[in-house]
Amino acid sequence: MTPHVLTRSLDRSATVFLLIVAGLGVLIPLSNLLLPAGSMFQVPTYLVALFGKYVCYAILALSIDLIWGYCGILSLGHGAFFALGGYAMGMYLMRQIGSRGVYGNPILPDFMVFLNYPKLPWYWHGFDMFWFAALMVLVVPGLLAFCFGWLAFRSRVTGVYLSIITQAMTYALLLAFFRNDFGFGGNNGLTDFKDILGFNVQADGTRAALFILSCLALIIAFLICRAVVTSKLGKVLIAVRDAESRTRFLGYRVESYKLFVFTLSACMAGVAGALYVPQVGIINPGEFAPGNSIEAVIWVAVGGRGTLIGAALGAIVVNYAKTVFTSGPLAPYWLFMLGALFILVTLLLPKGIIGTFNAWYEPWSAKRANAESAAREDGVSEPNPAE
Amino acid sequence: MLTQLTHDIATLSRRRWLAATAGLVLGLAAFTNAKAADDTIKVGVLHSLSGTMAISETTLKDTVLFLIDEQNKKGGLLGKKLEAVVVDPASNWPLFAEKARELITKDKVAVVFGCWTSVSRKSVLPVFKELNNILFYPVQYEGEESERNVFYTGAAPNQQAIPAVDYLMKDEKVKRWVLAGTDYVYPRTTNKILEAYLKSKGVKQEDIMINYTPFGHSDWQTIVADIKKFGSAGKKTAVVSTINGDANVPFYKELGNQGIKATDIPVVAFSVGEEELAGIDTKPLLGHLAAWNYFQSIKDPANEKFIKAWQAYTKNPKRVTNDPMEAHVIGFEMWVKAVEKVKSTDADKVIDALPGIEAKNLTGGTSKMLPNHHITKPVFIGEIKANGQFDVVWKTPGLVAGDAWSKELDGSKDLIGDWVGKKCGNYNTKTNKCGGQGS
Amino acid sequence: MSASLIDRVRALVLSVFLIAAFAVPALAGPFEDAVAKFANDEFSDTDEAVGLVAASGNPLAFPIISALGDGRLSADPESKKVFVTGTDGKVIDAATGAAVASLPAGAAAVRLNNRLRRTVEAALGGLTLLSPDPAKRLTAAQSVFKSHDEAALPVIDGALAKETNKTVKAAFAEARAAILLYKSDATDVEKLESIAIIKARGDQEALALLTGLGSDAPPLVAQAASSAIAAIQSNLAMWSMVQNAWYGLSLGSVLLLAAIGLAITFGVMGVINMAHGEMVMIGAYTTFVVQEVIRTRYPALFDYSLLIAVPLAFLVAGAIGVVIERSIIRFLYGRPLETLLATWGLSLVLQQAVRTAFGPTNREVGNPSWMSGAFEIGQITITYNRLWILCFTLAVFAILLAMLRYTALGLEMRAVTQNRRMAASMGIATSRVDALTFGLGSGIAGIAGVALSQIDNVSPNLGQSYIIDSFMVVVFGGVGNLWGTLVGAFTLGIANKFLEPVAGAVLGKIAILVLIILFIQKRPRGLFALKGRAIEA
Repeated sequence: MTPHVLTRSLDRSATVFLLIVAGLGVLIPLSNLLLPAGSMFQVPTYLVALFGKYVCYAILALSIDLIWGYCGILSLGHGAFFALGGYAMGMYLMRQIGSRGVYGNPILPDFMVFLNYPKLPWYWHGFDMFWFAALMVLVVPGLLAFCFGWLAFRSRVTGVYLSIITQAMTYALLLAFFRNDFGFGGNNGLTDFKDILGFNVQADGTRAALFILSCLALIIAFLICRAVVTSKLGKVLIAVRDAESRTRFLGYRVESYKLFVFTLSACMAGVAGALYVPQVGIINPGEFAPGNSIEAVIWVAVGGRGTLIGAALGAIVVNYAKTVFTSGPLAPYWLFMLGALFILVTLLLPKGIIGTFNAWYEPWSAKRANAESAAREDGVSEPNPAE
Repeated sequence: MLTQLTHDIATLSRRRWLAATAGLVLGLAAFTNAKAADDTIKVGVLHSLSGTMAISETTLKDTVLFLIDEQNKKGGLLGKKLEAVVVDPASNWPLFAEKARELITKDKVAVVFGCWTSVSRKSVLPVFKELNNILFYPVQYEGEESERNVFYTGAAPNQQAIPAVDYLMKDEKVKRWVLAGTDYVYPRTTNKILEAYLKSKGVKQEDIMINYTPFGHSDWQTIVADIKKFGSAGKKTAVVSTINGDANVPFYKELGNQGIKATDIPVVAFSVGEEELAGIDTKPLLGHLAAWNYFQSIKDPANEKFIKAWQAYTKNPKRVTNDPMEAHVIGFEMWVKAVEKVKSTDADKVIDALPGIEAKNLTGGTSKMLPNHHITKPVFIGEIKANGQFDVVWKTPGLVAGDAWSKELDGSKDLIGDWVGKKCGNYNTKTNKCGGQGS
Repeated sequence: MSASLIDRVRALVLSVFLIAAFAVPALAGPFEDAVAKFANDEFSDTDEAVGLVAASGNPLAFPIISALGDGRLSADPESKKVFVTGTDGKVIDAATGAAVASLPAGAAAVRLNNRLRRTVEAALGGLTLLSPDPAKRLTAAQSVFKSHDEAALPVIDGALAKETNKTVKAAFAEARAAILLYKSDATDVEKLESIAIIKARGDQEALALLTGLGSDAPPLVAQAASSAIAAIQSNLAMWSMVQNAWYGLSLGSVLLLAAIGLAITFGVMGVINMAHGEMVMIGAYTTFVVQEVIRTRYPALFDYSLLIAVPLAFLVAGAIGVVIERSIIRFLYGRPLETLLATWGLSLVLQQAVRTAFGPTNREVGNPSWMSGAFEIGQITITYNRLWILCFTLAVFAILLAMLRYTALGLEMRAVTQNRRMAASMGIATSRVDALTFGLGSGIAGIAGVALSQIDNVSPNLGQSYIIDSFMVVVFGGVGNLWGTLVGAFTLGIANKFLEPVAGAVLGKIAILVLIILFIQKRPRGLFALKGRAIEA
């Protein structure tokens, strides 16, 4: 990545976004670690973990926005890539438990002991090494996305058909991971982690470090997405989104572009999952549930499809709302609110929060803006709401 | 590039900065403004009110609210009122961990009553250990666990599964066994224990059929036909069902329709109680069995009083009671007694005080908290009656002590949980060391 | 069958035979003592009492034991008196047969457990081998076939000679064969004949009987038995294929029923309605409400409850569908993916609304008598509820097809689907047609809910479990083609049921999903793609 790519890919709002993420990434852990507990400005540890979770969701939302907002591929199975990344990390964390499990078996995780596994299944080998697990976090979702995409895009499965078969994919994986014979702990999944790279996952310092890492990953993911969408490649993607056949007739190999961006997006989702697991402390097949993937798409819709900042913001806003509404007297009614949010956003804010904000802000600022900044606005167009 | 960045920041409109900062401050303020009130003792309620598990867990939330209400009528605890903090983990396992953390850190609850599925318990376990709080877990489960911060008031496998199989072997002379369950950890472990137990009683491998189905399985035609086939080999056959919640209704409907009566092939279930039967037409199920530690139909003054008060509280004269509710009743009373004993809600003190505490159960006995954090319970076998209640046909002579670790499994037969003397949840009696089998 | 039970049946049958032969008058004392045992509320005493009463030969024995089986026998723990409440509601004293005005206040029904229920059945079987009712004789013969108790042989022989009813005669012959096969002093010729009769019966019970013979039989008999076992097994294997096909058809009909409404909203209108499952759920809850009203007000109408629920569910779900279309979906036409998201939100709201209104637990929906039970064709069991659902599904499908083909609304619907602007310029009120089409799709989902309430849980989660399967069916069959949906549903149903015995329920389902994904790659527009010139949607 050259400075040229960076400057081209960063407009003002992107810069602000990155600065806020970086600022929070530094301030929250510092406040958590340095200030005394109970102080007004101290961020309690549970909030650090919670924010860390939001940031992971934001990365997932970015990865969905990259393919949906800029290439028109609506994946209703992105939760699968997220969960696969999470499982790869979970397997590493399981192996790190070593003999501290309840049965004290140095090799086999607890669930394998009581299911009478004689030895470690072959696909668990290597996960005791962090570099291998980290590689798998990228490779497994990426490979699945590549195979799936290679089949689907080549035979020109598009639109709702693609959405529905991605749903079938995540549903099939859900069923598979629920099976105890599959060797991933069945319904209970992987949990009760102890160490990551030798640090206690429950220590405040580790949590703060994981939070910083998540923010860093969000920044990098954002930069990658910006770089992709502002490049020439990005222009082709937008062309595919808006008129796939026309792009094909112009001589572009549409399926290769789609395949590339789909695989990239799956890898990003995998990283998000890998960062998510040590912070929430469990990975279970429930993450494959089709409902989760649909919800992630809705974060993007709420924040603003085709605006990367919107996707990240949407993930954080919706999950924050979920946290607030699932506690206290409103708890029995939060599904009403979540449901109503989805309906109202699609009906009244088809461009999402950021899209609507831009629509309102741009004309207003255009009056004041000087020619210089107007010239620097990048060429990323608003997504066409029509498919 | 740098010059451009600084330029960007400089030219940012104040309006955007203002909006961003305001949003951030508001967001943080919403999180940190919670202050623990000193005049109440807070009790966390961690049961799903939406999603797939709401079907079972909502009742337990109501039970805890009812118990708190009753306790406050008696004047509260340590001169303070109890206050329930209800959250909805929405049948989402990571959300269980998040909500547990929130209850303990933000709401500063003294104790949490909650969870139903094993995975939800596993999900919150690290949180309770890290933040050192108390969880009362009210559901029958697979055992193989004894944690310092968790008190298991539901049945361990030896308090439900094994007595039920004993009954079928002795009273019904069953020789052939179908172990049918939903594919998750509770049925897997229970069936493993039962398989080992049956083999120790001389049942041959070919007389045991094990079958697993996914959650919410609704098409039982093939499996019921298989059971029928398995049951027509000339030996008395029974089904031991660890089928979970939702899948039961279609299973029993299919059994009834294919003409399998309890007199031919009885089904003994560990997850079907009054609450589940309230949703089924029970006529075809007459005579099928369930093993629990409590039935609503048990005639005992304590039980009758409880049912009356519960139905008055819920303003529903038909509202049923069930086994996990009783577990919460016992757990709640034990916690209250422990708190009164140490005159504090401090988690460490209460955890140390709890083993040995006794509380009346609703079936006429007195349950006791054991050093392994499980309790003693009577075991009842009930037959389904046409009105959706159970008729107790057999019960254990006394109370059965809950085993944290099954004696039937190779991996755990040497382990015990003892938080009083050994201060260890997985103490190995062979090696005299804490920490499982060792290597 | 346990040894003690066999002994008991043997004693019973023997005593019945003796009574029939010699007609010994029963003494009053022991019978009254035996009856009094029912009042002890101990299973062992009740067990003993059944044996004594059945053997007493007292004319009251049959009414007492059948009353015990039906829960009409009550006992007063205070006075130790036992009463029979007749099917007509009249109460008599069980010991004397004297009429009693009403049950005393403390009287409670005598409790049974499974072991006792079997004793009662066996006792009734023994008492009814010579019953004038052929249906009762048949049941009795079948229970002897299962117990193959040699003490019953003389009675069976006598009954067989007198029997005129063909079915019952065959059952007696089979029962006799079963007894002879296990009789130690029967000749080899008799045993070989018996094996032939049992082989001809050819079902699971016959197989069980032959397998249970063991290896100590004479070589000739053992050989005949093993060849009979092989023959029955291969016969049963063939039937199990037929059985699987039936299960597949039945599963397919459920899938079709759930998907058919979706085929209209998704296939014809192009609206991805994620709240489709909730329409099914609303239909099921409508059935529940209808049954509740019938139970409390007009219990006699219970068998018609489903017939009443079908139009109501159609109207309720259809009306809700129209409201949804007018208030949400019409603003989202041409944006299928946004529709998907909005309707997903809607499904959350509807689920939680039902949960708030009806509570989170399952609600009881009963099966009318004509939906319960099963009958047998050859060696397969066909349950009535599955059969009716299959018929019902096909009827709904036929009506829908006819409606689209022959009615004015159907014509308008097809016109709007094919070319909206042209249809509008021909004077069709397209927005009205949209609303009605969506209402129709939702209404059909509603009646699917009526049928599904008979085999599945009626809970707020009902719809969720069908939504993915429904989409698979529609996409597999080909969007916009009802015939495709039909073929798709039955193909998936049958494939699933043939995979299930091989791979298990979960792997079978995973395999089906993977096959669908691969199939869509091969034919991106489904099995029956609509032919058209549009290059992309």
